[in-house]
Amino acid sequence: MVKVFIYPATSLILSDMVARFGHTPLSSATAIRERIQTAGLESPPLQITPEEPKKGLKWAAVEVPAGVRGRMSLYGPMIEACEAAIIINDADLAFGCMGCARTNELIKFLVHQKTIPRLELNYPKNEDEGVKFVAAIKRFLTELGVAK
Amino acid sequence: MTAYTPTHVGSVTKYVMVESFDITPADLALRGYEISKGVMIKETCFGLVISGKEGEVDRIVAELRKIDPDHIFVKDRGFPPGDARRCRANLGGARPGYNGLEFEMSIIPYVSHGLEALKNIDEKTVPPMEDPLEHPLLDIYKLKKMIDAQES
Repeated sequence: MVKVFIYPATSLILSDMVARFGHTPLSSATAIRERIQTAGLESPPLQITPEEPKKGLKWAAVEVPAGVRGRMSLYGPMIEACEAAIIINDADLAFGCMGCARTNELIKFLVHQKTIPRLELNYPKNEDEGVKFVAAIKRFLTELGVAK
Repeated sequence: MTAYTPTHVGSVTKYVMVESFDITPADLALRGYEISKGVMIKETCFGLVISGKEGEVDRIVAELRKIDPDHIFVKDRGFPPGDARRCRANLGGARPGYNGLEFEMSIIPYVSHGLEALKNIDEKTVPPMEDPLEHPLLDIYKLKKMIDAQES
């Protein structure tokens, strides 16, 4: 079983595919769950305390906005722990009320820096692409299992 | 700042989403209640939210998947069901994160089709998708999106 980082980290499709084909998805839900279930100072809604931007300094410089550093305190450890990654490049949902474009760029950069098996995809736009999409993920994850 | 005492420590919460012509969330919920032991199951418009001990949640999810494996999708959730910080009953409007799910639910029929198709064909014979890092001059879908945006 390989730890696979997924981008977007909130993706239902990628999280399901990775678990379905026998590996462990590293998604933002598990990182948030850790914080929600840890006692400390109350900081709703996500229990992101002023400590998080400090932890984020490991991946982003001090002049980078606190929002990026706070997010990196969630994603940074997952990127360090991952043994493979699947990235969807046209994920507009990762930017807007739920995400930060600069953090997304940094996440992709850090994943690209790591020498790990990586699959880059776009969301399917029709049924034919749906078959290719699932086949690509299945092939990638099956090969990971064999490599291990 | 006040001290924070967490609830549901050690529990795991998962979404079970259903996008099927044959199965409804109510069918899944009934099956879930039949086989559950000491977990919390909440029925929603899109499927279920299951919360409890990790092993028990995984067992129920594995059983529920068998009902319609190509049309049932599962994902982790950070918050327990009904948490006041996330539940729209307290906040009003769409739950944060719903927009992402809504977007992916529009794509899931293609993924379900892919899963069904791969039962009959070997994935190694399927040609790869276009490399997303190679940018074509102008994608036809992007052009349509731009035209639609211009008209509205």
